[in-house]
Amino acid sequence: MNKYFLRLLASVLLLLGFSMKANAEFKVGFVYVGPTGDHGWTYQHDEGRKAVEAAGIKTTYVESVPEGADAERVIRQLAQSGHDLIFTTSFGYMDPTNKVAKDFPNVKFEHATGYKREHSNVSTYSARFYEGRTLLGHMAGKMTKTNVIGYIASFPIPEVIRGINAMTLAAQKVNPNIKTKIVWVFTWYDPGKESEAAQALIDQGADIIMQHTDSTAPVQVAEKAGVWSFGQASDMQRFAPKSILTSIIDDWAPYYVERSIAARDGTWKQQDTWHGLKDGMVAMAPYNSAMGSGLVNEVKKLQQDLASGKAHSFTGPIYDQKGNLLVAEGKVADDGMLAGMNVYVKGVEGDIPK
Amino acid sequence: MIKIERRDETSNLIYFLTPVLAIFLTLVTGAIIFYLLGFKPLEALKFFFITPISDLYGLSELLIKATPLCLIAIGLSFCFKSNNWNIGAEGQLTFGGIVGGGVALLFYNHEGFYVLPLIILAGAIGGMIFAMIPAILKIYFNTNEILVSLMLVYVSKLLLDYLVVGPWSNPEGFNFPETRQFSDSARLPILFEGLRIHAGIFIALVSVILAWVVLFKTYLGFQIKVSGLSLKTAKYAGFKGKTMILLVFMISGACAGLAGVGEITGPIGQLHRMISPEYGFTAIIVAFLGRLNPIGIVFASLIVALTYLGAETAQIFLQVPKYTGQVFQGMILFFLLASDFLLFFRIKFLGFKKYEY
Repeated sequence: MNKYFLRLLASVLLLLGFSMKANAEFKVGFVYVGPTGDHGWTYQHDEGRKAVEAAGIKTTYVESVPEGADAERVIRQLAQSGHDLIFTTSFGYMDPTNKVAKDFPNVKFEHATGYKREHSNVSTYSARFYEGRTLLGHMAGKMTKTNVIGYIASFPIPEVIRGINAMTLAAQKVNPNIKTKIVWVFTWYDPGKESEAAQALIDQGADIIMQHTDSTAPVQVAEKAGVWSFGQASDMQRFAPKSILTSIIDDWAPYYVERSIAARDGTWKQQDTWHGLKDGMVAMAPYNSAMGSGLVNEVKKLQQDLASGKAHSFTGPIYDQKGNLLVAEGKVADDGMLAGMNVYVKGVEGDIPK
Repeated sequence: MIKIERRDETSNLIYFLTPVLAIFLTLVTGAIIFYLLGFKPLEALKFFFITPISDLYGLSELLIKATPLCLIAIGLSFCFKSNNWNIGAEGQLTFGGIVGGGVALLFYNHEGFYVLPLIILAGAIGGMIFAMIPAILKIYFNTNEILVSLMLVYVSKLLLDYLVVGPWSNPEGFNFPETRQFSDSARLPILFEGLRIHAGIFIALVSVILAWVVLFKTYLGFQIKVSGLSLKTAKYAGFKGKTMILLVFMISGACAGLAGVGEITGPIGQLHRMISPEYGFTAIIVAFLGRLNPIGIVFASLIVALTYLGAETAQIFLQVPKYTGQVFQGMILFFLLASDFLLFFRIKFLGFKKYEY
């Protein structure tokens, strides 16, 4: 009896020792909405994860996690299996992330593109992609011959509308005659739908194609049709070498490394991060020399000004489609206005789907 | 010369043992695949099939995942048994979710015991009505139910997209494609504190029992079986084929609708674009793996649910690619069909003699 008890005690202690050892190693978990090979959104998050790994921190990821009932289980499993910091990299993980965070107060959570921080161990982060859109708009306004810019949009959320507006404003500044045509595809990743949308826009006279979706299909369609295009999320240049003028790159690596080290060293604090060109969360792929060195230099200058704060993507006067003043002359839009943006600026065609 | 001929008799025991054989072969092949991918086969299999259900939370998750699969497969078994090929359970699930979710939003912030039963009923009726479309078209216009039911999946998914982006989207949700979170009165009760397992499992269990009774103890069940074995015999016996077609589709649609409403009032708690990770299609595998038998389907749904959980666990612990889960599902079905072939046919080696027919 006594012997059995001792044996039991020993094995319990042993187990405890093992689990403590497992806990002792600092681990970071990532939850992805798509496959790591999408060459867009998830691909870039995984590049960020690799940078964390390169900084000597162990990482784990789970890819293609549907945003439905499964997300909570995956996040919880990561928390339970000894991960100390968990990045959930899609908007649809917002509620599951907060739910799991409540039950694991010692684990830190970072949710991308969301706005709920219900517990002190949840941070949110996103990038000011619209700064990149401003550069795209400048190039598009200069390069278009037909004055029609085709835009493949995913969902009518503020982030996407912000990108459309930033691009349109910048293009208008260099070419008052441009029009922005939009096709809403209601998906983040669907090569079939995206290429149909690109073709439809080209058929409507667009000679510039840009996308707020993640597959490489639109740039490939543009390459075939001989029109200009811009890559999204990662450098898509190799998929359309002639057509792509540049790509907006989401560079999560510095943020992921910084936050992982902070969590490991115990200096992690809840925050809401919205970084742009300045902090390098938004970066630009090499510019296509087909634009000519003059334009390339202009864009590089604008990029510097946006990064230094000398220029702002939303500088007044800005009017909405109906002609109402949104931002007065000499003013810039504040973050609150940007975060909730739900109207088109003047020059965008069509209505926001409701 | 090789000749394939039909066996005169097939043993009932072997009939129910072949799924076990299929699972065994899947495990062996899975081990080989893991080995080729550079993982330790036994360790990988352990993380795949044992670790996910080694605690209460895991078991609860297994049941959550198995519940919709079981419900849909039970419904599908009625269709498949009677030679009606309803491939569109995913669409019926979605439409059931839409109708049930609509009622839930209608009763937003209403308290009352009647809210949840109403939502569930609405979901079942929604799925049922949606399944009646291919049935009626088949009965009166002789259309192909495989195509019609499959195409209707896209119809219901696009309708859901439209609703959650537009009219039903959360007014405080910054235009994100989702509805409000349902009120508590519209949620299936959680059975145990700290776990996610919800009362939806009882709906599945009741449907299993009902299905068993209907299939084995009623005239309708007999008709379904006879029609499945031979449509000509069924006609000769004077069975009213049209009513039966409509009935099996209605049962199947109601079950899928219940699965949909169980998801949105259970673990999800709102409508958005991803209310089902294609449960409606996976349930087809479940139905056949369970031999279209209610009890068999219970086991099959647990096994297929485990492949989902296992894929996640294996990726977390070993970074095995997530898609191995689907590979496992495919392999199970493949081996089942392959062993079925040997069950009903035998292969005779006849040498090189010229064979006289």
